[in-house]
Order: sequence, then C-alpha cells, then structure tokens
Amino acid sequence: MNESSLTRRQVLRASGGLTGAAALSALLPGLEARAAAKPMTVGFIYVGPKNDYGWNQAHAVAARKIAQLEGVKLIEQENVPETIEVEKVMEGMIRQDGAGVIFPTSFGYWPHILKLARKYPDVLFVHIGALWKEGDPKNTIGYRGYMEEPHYLCGVAAGHASKTGKIGFIGSKPVYFIFNNANGFILGARSVNPSLTCHVVLTGDWNNPVREAEVTQSLIDQGVDVIVANVDSAKVVIENAERRGIMSCGYHTDLSELAPKGFLTGAEWNWAAGAQFVKAWQTGGPYPNLLRGGFRLDMVALSPFGRAVPETVRATILKSRQAFTDDSLKLYRGPLKDNEGNVVLTAGQVIANDDNKFKLAVNFLVEGAIGKTGLKK
Amino acid sequence: MASWKSWAETATISAAALLATLALFGGFVALRGLRPLDVYAALFTGAFGSWFAIEETLTQSAPLMLTALCTALPARAGLLVIGGEGALVVGGLATVLAGVLLVDAPAPLAVIAMGAAGALAGGAWIGAAGALRHRRGVNETISTLLLNYIAIAVMNHLVTGPIRDYAQVLKPASWSIAEGFRIGDIPGTGIHWGLAVGVAAALLAYGLMRHTTFGFAVDILGGNVRAARMAGLPIGRMILTTCFMGGAAAGLAGTIEVAAVHGFASSSLAVGYGYTGILAAFLARQHPLAVAVVAILLGGISASGGLLQRRFGLPDAATLVLRGLLFVAVLAASTLYGRGRVFRRAA
Repeated sequence: MNESSLTRRQVLRASGGLTGAAALSALLPGLEARAAAKPMTVGFIYVGPKNDYGWNQAHAVAARKIAQLEGVKLIEQENVPETIEVEKVMEGMIRQDGAGVIFPTSFGYWPHILKLARKYPDVLFVHIGALWKEGDPKNTIGYRGYMEEPHYLCGVAAGHASKTGKIGFIGSKPVYFIFNNANGFILGARSVNPSLTCHVVLTGDWNNPVREAEVTQSLIDQGVDVIVANVDSAKVVIENAERRGIMSCGYHTDLSELAPKGFLTGAEWNWAAGAQFVKAWQTGGPYPNLLRGGFRLDMVALSPFGRAVPETVRATILKSRQAFTDDSLKLYRGPLKDNEGNVVLTAGQVIANDDNKFKLAVNFLVEGAIGKTGLKK
Repeated sequence: MASWKSWAETATISAAALLATLALFGGFVALRGLRPLDVYAALFTGAFGSWFAIEETLTQSAPLMLTALCTALPARAGLLVIGGEGALVVGGLATVLAGVLLVDAPAPLAVIAMGAAGALAGGAWIGAAGALRHRRGVNETISTLLLNYIAIAVMNHLVTGPIRDYAQVLKPASWSIAEGFRIGDIPGTGIHWGLAVGVAAALLAYGLMRHTTFGFAVDILGGNVRAARMAGLPIGRMILTTCFMGGAAAGLAGTIEVAAVHGFASSSLAVGYGYTGILAAFLARQHPLAVAVVAILLGGISASGGLLQRRFGLPDAATLVLRGLLFVAVLAASTLYGRGRVFRRAA
C-alpha cells in the first residue's frame, strides 16, 4: 500500500461523513450541534415485533433515522412486556451496553421509566405518551404528535374518493386521541362532501386482529368504501379492504405496499423528531420535558399517495398540509356540533391546534359520525 | 456400582444433547452471517457473565422451578400435566384476594396466608384435573391444557370487572396488595425471595419423592399401574396428592409473581412461565433437584435473550428457537438410554 491510496481512502471517508452530516442537518433544521457530539448508545425498546406494520414499526423506522446521528450507536430489543421486565431490559441496556438515551416505546412502560429514571440520572428516558408532569424526573421526556392533522388530510382524500358517501373509522380504545383522530378524519372528509357519513367502531383492544377483520367485513357490507383503522397494526384491516376492492388509509407508518390498488394515503408519526433530544443530551443543550406538535413541529407525516389519488386531489391535500404547517388551518372551528346534536363550538369559536387542554378532553364524535363513544358523560 | 454408571450415562447423553443443540443453533446463527462463537460468548455473558446477569438469571429461574414441579411431580405417578400456566394464574388471583382481605393483618401472617391461598388454589386447580382423571377417566393432559385457557379467561374477567382497580389506567389490573405485604429481595442482592421458595420446594419434593415410602409408591405407580394396583396401593389418593402438590407449587409461583414482582394480578401473570416449566421438567427428566438446575439454565437463556438482540440484532424469537432445539434434542437423546454398551458392561 502506498501513501496516496491511503490518503484517497481517508478523503473518501471524510467526504462521506460530510455528505451524511449535510443530509442530516437538512433533515433536521436548526439542530446542528453547537458542541462536538459525544458518542452515545441509544436503546429502543418495543412492546411487539418491530416489523408489525404498525406502532412498533413506526418507532423502528425512527430508530434507524436516529442511528444516523453523529456518534450514535443503536441497540434494540423487541417483544418486551409492560411489566417489571422492561425495567430489567432498561437496566441491561444501561449496565451491559452503556446506553445513554433510552426510548421505551410503549404507553405502559411509563411507571417503570419513572422508577429507573431516579436511579440513573445520567440516562435520558424518552417516552411516547406525553405523560410527563411537573415533579417527574428531569431526565425523562414525553412527546407525541397530533395525529388528528394527518387524519384530516386522509379524510380529504377519502371524501374525494368515496362514491357511496360512507366511510369507516375503526378505533381501538375509547380515549381522547382516538376520538381526535376520528374527528379529524370526518372533518376532512366532510370538508369535501358535507353530506358524507362515517361509521365509527371501537374494538376495545389495541390489538385484536380477528375482531378488526370482522368489523372491516361488516362495514364493507354496509356500503363503506374507504376505511382507516386506529389499531396497533392496521395490516389486517387494509388487506381485507384491498381484497374486497375498497379503498383504505394507513396509520402509524407507511403501509402503501399492503394495498397497491386501494391505498390513498396514511397518517404517520414522525418519532424521529426525538433526534433533537438525543442531540441535546449529547451536547448538554436544553430540551423540553413535554412536547406535543403536529405538522408545524414536524412531528407527524403523510404517507406517499397511492395511485387511486388523482393529481388535483393531491395538490389540495398538500395545500392543506401546508396550512397546518403555517398554522392557518385549525382543526376544530365553529360552528361545530357533535353527532348527538349538542353544540361544541359556536360560529366564530376557534380552537388552537396546540390547545392541549381542549384536545385531551375530547370525548365526543363530530357530526357525521355514526357510532358512539361508549363513554358515560 | 450401577449407580455411578447410570450417572455417567445421564451425563454423557445430556452433554450430547447440549452439544447437538449448540451445533444446530450455531448453524442458524451462521445463516444470519454471525459467528456462532461470538453469539455463544454473549449468551454466557448475558446469563452468567456478571453479577447483574446472574441476578437476572436467578430471578427468571425462580418461577420456573415451581412451575416445572407442576409437571415433574405428577409425572412420577405417570401423568402428563401441562397446566402450570393456569395454576400459576389462579394462584396469583388467590394471592391478591387473600392479600386484600387481610389488609389489616400483621405482615408476616398476611404473607403466609397469601402463600397458602396461592398454593391451595393452584393445588385445587390441578387436583381437579387429577380427580377427573381418576374418577372419570378424563385425559389429564387435555384437561390441564384446557384449564389453562379457563384460568386466563377467569383472570381477564376478574381484572376487567369485579376486582379491577380503576386507578390503574395503563391496563386492566386488579387491586394491589398492601406495600407492606410485598416480599422483597434477599438482602444484599437484587434477587427476590421467590428463589429461596423455589429451591426449598425442589428440595422438599426431592426428599419426599426419593426418601419416603410415599415417593417409592408413586414411582411404582408411575412405572406400572397394574403392579401398583396388585400391590394394593391407594392409586386415587396418590394421583390426587401428586397433582395437588404440583399445582400447589405452580400456585406458589403465582404468589411470588404477585407478592414479589407485580403487586397485583393482570395479564402480566400469563407470560409463559407455566409452559417453560414443562420444558424444564422434561429436560430434568422429572427429577426434582435437576429441575432446579435446569430452571437456572433456562432462566439464563431468557436472561441473555436481550443481549443477543442488542448486540447482534437477532430477533426475540432466537432464544425461543434455542429452547425449542434444546427440547427436541433432549427428547431425541432420551431414546439413547440403555443403548450405550459401555454403561452396561460388567454392571
């Protein structure tokens, strides 16, 4: 080996690093490290398999983006139950692998995170429930995207695509964010076709493929021709929809490959927004303990359009997305009634998109929804 | 004389099964482009390589010892019981109920009562299968398998309704036992007292099965039912007793899961300890002391599963594959008993 080949290799390696860094700073504007980034092992913990076409996959996708940060090494563990087991896994990551940041990506991990965070103040724990409140350890973070915004855009696509004027929303549990997503979907669809109705069915479980398939079949029998499912993995619903020849929207992550004919678009998380916390922890920079945001903070995304969506509709949807980004489009604005006829907002009343107090208290379905929340009020 | 030869036979055959397992698993690992020796090294590190790992291994092994006895004890009487999962679940439920009912009792008394409740419930659960077998000829393997589903369904019903603690919002769970009733860690370690219970149960079972006339009689029953009947042994009582003891052991595992780990009953009780216990019992050839050793080995495999995922990107199922291979290899190797001439000559 002579000197010049060695130099060339070094040059190549250096330029590769530069391109990577440039691409990264383009991806994550405003996040350029001020200080040199410390080497950091980042651990991701999943409650199920990481290729589940759903919740876990959305996080695994983000993990791969975060792994590209300078100095970051990714370690992962899947199928970790929401028990004391997750504490062992987190401790193993810290003590055996030297993890400095941990993303335990299931809702029910939170109490276990709180326990360990006090024991390991040098480790940052990032959770996806946005459950952080004053008094919780400072080395814990909760973040979560406003998924109702991409659901609104899915609704617009559905409103244009539906021929029967009937669409379907399959939900899991009767909780605020499921209602917000259903409302977003319905409001979007009815912005196109004000007489459209949406069947809303809650299965009662995060993950119950048999029931999800039954509900899908029954909705299709009732004339529904666009469907979206807010369950751990929408795979079963989308595949059933495709088989019966109706259209579908995705949830959690990009599911377009499941339905080459009927896929419209989908509501995706952008959990990779968590890269900013890793960056801050590496450089000692400030970070929020609680972060909620939609398109404006780049915390949610829209799946690529399927071929069933014509160019004109795509343009409309992208315009609405831009309106969310620059905050000129508000999801909840009066006059607005719920599906039992009660007035929610009077004409002229507008709810800010980041009004968490309002959004966390949503326990109603908007007008046009056929179905019940199942909550006692 | 014959005794050390039979030990040598067991050791040789077990070692052969273990080597075959490692070779097969190494093949799988190599197919994924990893070096088998690296993976074995991590397997060892994750199971026994540090005090942290050993603590985790022993903690994992505690319930396995008890659920393994649920299969191993009735097996000595010739029954194939696979209901450890269900017995663990009902044991856990009974523990919660006892703990909640006795909320004002002094802690030591309450802990003993919770253990008794767990053991009784588990014992009755598998004992019922034993009774069905003896009185009605119902196959105990099928009945205990189905009883697992019933136990889990009953638990899901109770924790989503009658005994649900609505303050626990993250998932349906029962009321919690008082903080003072929790059995903590063995002092100076991160291992809870369940390990001591498991080892004690294995020792007791060993003493009973190997050094009492009852154990001897059970072995006769397991070896030849007709001979046992001809000898006038109380077959029904022996079946019921071994089933009850096995179920009681698994029920105690439920007590430990509740009193040492969770503090309440929820779907987290049914995470497969009962099924892994069946594997442990077979690997130990139903020997109560070997059960404890094998449980530690299996606990080690579980404990190192995380490290395999994190270091090599192996899927979670990798340790399941390893356990499955081990099971098949041991079963296959068990056909070799009595065939090695070297162990027979000049006996």
